[in-house]
Amino acid sequence: MILLNFSIYDFSDFINSIDTWLVETFSPTIGHLIGLVLVGTCFLLFTALLGLSLVYIERKVCAFFQQRLGPMRVGPFGTAQTIADIIKLIFKESLITKQSDKFLFNLAAFVIMMAPFIVLSAIPFAKGLQALDMDIGLFFIISVSSIGVTGILLAGWSSNNKYSLIGAMRSGAQIVSYELSVAISLMTIVILTGSLQLSEIIASQSNGWWIFKGNIPAIIAFVIYIIASTAETNRGPFDMAEAESEITAGFHTEYSGIKFAYFFLAEYVNFFIISAVGATVFFGGWMPLHIGDATFFNNAMDFIPPIIWFFGKVAVIMYFLMWFKWTFPRLRIDQLLTLEWKYLLPISIVNLLLMSIVALKGWHW
Amino acid sequence: MSTEQTVLGNETQEYFINMGPQHPSTHGVLRLLLTLDGEIIRKVEPHMGYIHRSIEKMCEKDSYQQIVHLTDRMDYLSCHINNEAVCLTVEMGLQLEIPERVKVIRTIISELTRLASHQLWWGVMGMDLGAITGFLYGFRDRELITDIFEETCGARLTMNYNVPGGLMFDIHPNFQKRTKEFLAYFKKKLPEYEELLTGNVIFEERTKGIGYISKEDVISYGVTGPSGRGSGFACDIRKLHPYSAYDRVEFKEILYNEGDSYARYMVRMDEMKESMHIIDQLIDNIPEGDYKAKTKAVIKLPAGEYYQRVETARGELGVYIISDNKKSPYRVKFRSPGFSNLSALDTMAKGCKIADLVAMMSTLDLVIPDIDR
Repeated sequence: MILLNFSIYDFSDFINSIDTWLVETFSPTIGHLIGLVLVGTCFLLFTALLGLSLVYIERKVCAFFQQRLGPMRVGPFGTAQTIADIIKLIFKESLITKQSDKFLFNLAAFVIMMAPFIVLSAIPFAKGLQALDMDIGLFFIISVSSIGVTGILLAGWSSNNKYSLIGAMRSGAQIVSYELSVAISLMTIVILTGSLQLSEIIASQSNGWWIFKGNIPAIIAFVIYIIASTAETNRGPFDMAEAESEITAGFHTEYSGIKFAYFFLAEYVNFFIISAVGATVFFGGWMPLHIGDATFFNNAMDFIPPIIWFFGKVAVIMYFLMWFKWTFPRLRIDQLLTLEWKYLLPISIVNLLLMSIVALKGWHW
Repeated sequence: MSTEQTVLGNETQEYFINMGPQHPSTHGVLRLLLTLDGEIIRKVEPHMGYIHRSIEKMCEKDSYQQIVHLTDRMDYLSCHINNEAVCLTVEMGLQLEIPERVKVIRTIISELTRLASHQLWWGVMGMDLGAITGFLYGFRDRELITDIFEETCGARLTMNYNVPGGLMFDIHPNFQKRTKEFLAYFKKKLPEYEELLTGNVIFEERTKGIGYISKEDVISYGVTGPSGRGSGFACDIRKLHPYSAYDRVEFKEILYNEGDSYARYMVRMDEMKESMHIIDQLIDNIPEGDYKAKTKAVIKLPAGEYYQRVETARGELGVYIISDNKKSPYRVKFRSPGFSNLSALDTMAKGCKIADLVAMMSTLDLVIPDIDR
């Protein structure tokens, strides 16, 4: 009965029918509770799968840029390599340094996983496939994703290692600064949509994505978003926090085994999140490519399921970010902060103003 | 603690950090004791000796042929040039007449070694600055040179191709062909290096004006090689005291006057072009003849003191031998370029950030076994 409602184009009926079935079979309270557990489990599985596949993909893409093959031995084309890595990490001894703050040291690994995990709940994966569609969706994402820095600072502080501390302090300064540019560049598009709700932001792009419709300010905002969000997630060329040639591994120098894997996983989930938010706000999320009133073209595009559109866009953005990471040298910490406070932030504020004028005058499409 | 800081009420405390002996960017077991104020470096104290093998002492009980093998283990990236330095010293002592063929082959292989060393340096420089991709590009091209070496003398890194009096054996019949192929290939690939790092905005920001050292300081510290020439100090031994076949080839001594990391980087980039130019002139003109002068099985240098300098990929390598007319020397001293170059690090690094220190060390192109010996 439930399966009859399944459609790859619109998940809302399917999800609703599961909910109705749960509520009817059990009492409303227990039904909702089971629903919550189900959603949580789905996210756990998704995170694990995401981590596994992204590590593999990154290693392959990196190998492609470096004229190597990348992992090839374990499984066909090395596909089982990350699984082997995870098994190794699980069985590795979890070392804790002497005189470190053991409680905070252990807590940090969980705090750092918490932020991306909560943010995932607000990401619209496809039509009707979104755990929380709040009216302050974008604000929620921006605010919750900044919890992650607490985990990094805790890890750096509790490790009792100077390298970790330097890494954590760098990363603290970096994330706090770049959050501003990320938020302002996202707000630039919110001016056009008039809503922070992600489903409405997507709906507003049904006749074209904002990157095309939003005139020049939208393109500037996207470029700033990509730079600032890469910096916010500590990815190269902004990987100051874990600059391996300077401060060994930064804030996670002392972590080993499965706790190290948490840091690794959090990094990749964050990477997915910035690409997903970028795709949603600037490229219409799961919304297929539509051009104004070109009905035939629009219908043809609609044949491709929204979930493929979403993951396709995310993959393209990720590929570009990987390209950056494996091409550019790393900035220095003061240059990084100069870039944000002297260039990106003023530009994005002016851009916000420009977008307001564009929106008022109706110069966008 | 400066008064400025106390007036502001933000008392800062300097702290120490041990960079090394196990650290990814000291490229070996070098330990730097950094005095830091936040991220700003106040003092760099290099602590050496973690890979000290007392090569100079070992030389005192070895025959002259055996000493050559030990020098491979100093600066392993310019091992052929190290070998050549010892051989030239011994040949000078014996007043041997070296066949022209040997001189030309030694020069070609020295320049190939320099190329290979600079390729590796370029890759490592990128890696130290966070651009890991460059490292593999450098290695990709370096492999081709080591392949040529492997074919000619059977070894890829520590070659031991020189013996006092000449070469261990003649070059492989393919040597000329493969070297020419490599040159044609690498002339196309060198612009790729420039694209990846030289013109990059981030790279320029990270190197221009960073790690400045004046010409006076360079001379007083005895910094030689590309690191010295980046500050305008004309110290190329190949020009000043030509040995082997360097007197018959035409090449420029690369000099930059800026004295910063970028200048030292550019010196090496241009030197690669000059090295290729030198090989171009010689590769088709290898004279026929013996690959080795006749020497006795047991070499005894006449009593006296002998000193010979050569230009390795890192700078001036001096070999000083005191002989008392026995089959092994009385005393051997190597003046290694890395040791002197390292001594300038503190002057360069004062007031810089940790990240700058890594970039600076990279432009000094330190090989730790060369420092410790």
